Order: sequence, then C-alpha cells, then structure tokens
Amino acid sequence: MAFLTDRKRAQGLGSAKEGTHHFWSMTVSSIALAILIPVFVFTIGPMIGQPHADVVAYLSRPFPAIVAGLTIVVGMLHFKNGATVMIEDYSRDLTRKVLIVGVTLLSYAVAATGLFALARLAL
Amino acid sequence: MADVNRGNRPLSPHLSIYRPQIQMVSSILTRITGNALIVASVLVVWWLLAAATSPGYFALADGVLTSWFGDLVLTLSVWALWYHFVAGLRHLYWDTGRGFDLPTAERLGWACVGGSVLLTLLTVALV
Repeated sequence: MAFLTDRKRAQGLGSAKEGTHHFWSMTVSSIALAILIPVFVFTIGPMIGQPHADVVAYLSRPFPAIVAGLTIVVGMLHFKNGATVMIEDYSRDLTRKVLIVGVTLLSYAVAATGLFALARLAL
Repeated sequence: MADVNRGNRPLSPHLSIYRPQIQMVSSILTRITGNALIVASVLVVWWLLAAATSPGYFALADGVLTSWFGDLVLTLSVWALWYHFVAGLRHLYWDTGRGFDLPTAERLGWACVGGSVLLTLLTVALV
C-alpha cells in the first residue's frame, strides 16, 4: 500500500464522466413505463383467465400486441438496471459479478420469450 | 484520498438504530416491489408462451394463474406494480429538484401508500 499513490488507488474506480449514464437510462425507461404500465394493465390484464381462443384473437390485434411487446422489453431492461443496483448495494466480488450476469441473462431471456410468444400469436 | 483515519471513520446509523419513518419505509418498499415484480413478469410471459404454444399448455398456465395461489400472487403483484409506479413518479418529481422539504416528503411517502392501494382496488374492480 505504501508504494501506491493516491491517484493510483483512485484509478479505475469510476469517474464522474460516466456516472450519470445509469441514472439517465433508468429515468428514460421509467417515463416509458409510466405510460406503458397503465395501458398494459387495462388492456392485457382483463385477458388473464379468458378462454384460449379469445386470448389468441385479442393478442393477434396490433395494439395489444405492440403494448405487450413494448412493456415486456422496456420492463425487462428497467428491471435489469434496477436489480443490478440492488446487487451492487448488497454483494461483493465474485458473488456480485455472478448475480449481475445472472439477472442480466434472465432479463434477456424473459424479453426474448415474450417477444417470441407475441410473434407466434400475431402471425 | 488522504490516509488520515482510514477505516476508522464513524458509521452512518443502521436500520436497527433508526426509528422507522415514512420516507425510509417508502424508499425500501420501492426497491422490494420493483425487484419482486420479476415473479409476475415471468408468470405473465409464461402465460403468453403457453397461449402461443397449444390449448392444452394454455390450460395449465391459465389454471396456475387463476388458482387461489396465482390470484394471490397476481393481486399482490398488482399492488407492487402500482406502488413502484407511484413511487417512480415521486422520483421523477424529485428529479426536478422539488419536494425535498420534510412536510412535502412525508406527504409524498403517504401518497405512495394511499395511491397504490387506491389503484390496486381500482384494478381489482375493473380487471
């Protein structure tokens, strides 16, 4: 430690030049979701519990399909960024990296599965 | 980066020392609800996948989502969703630099709780 200068210890630990990127992406995705979530809840929500044929017919229409697709994709990106902050707050070292990678892959998988299902329903 | 008193600095008070206030409780709930929503997200996407796969598979997913347990999870998730929604609006308001004085911050905290309950009741009634 005695051979390290103060600058050397600070290097690589982040700089103010990029510090706002995460915050800004959360802000933008939260505004998108503030619009999408009420629309999603009151268009897709009533379909839960409906017969299969009705669900398929409803989700084949452009508006419900686009709302569902947008909500799933933006929601999963927002979840990925938010869950990453929680992991960064409560875990360290290798555990932290494994959890962040895991949560990121889960978010991508849920988004891809949702889009695949919507594409198959609509086409 | 001075080496004075390194590692022996006073700690900020922990949760066990703080008396719970609406500001801290409403902030912690924002994190819990946001992260817990992954459960409902996976369930709904699974339900979509089942609908796209076959009527038989859909019957299984539909059965799980409309069972008493599925109903419980989805109803709690609707509250979590609205709570996170209202608390998120509060953050966007705070981001403009407003609402930081104590009376307003306390009112906003209670507004998150009240608003989320109202929106949940509205959703349960309408959906």
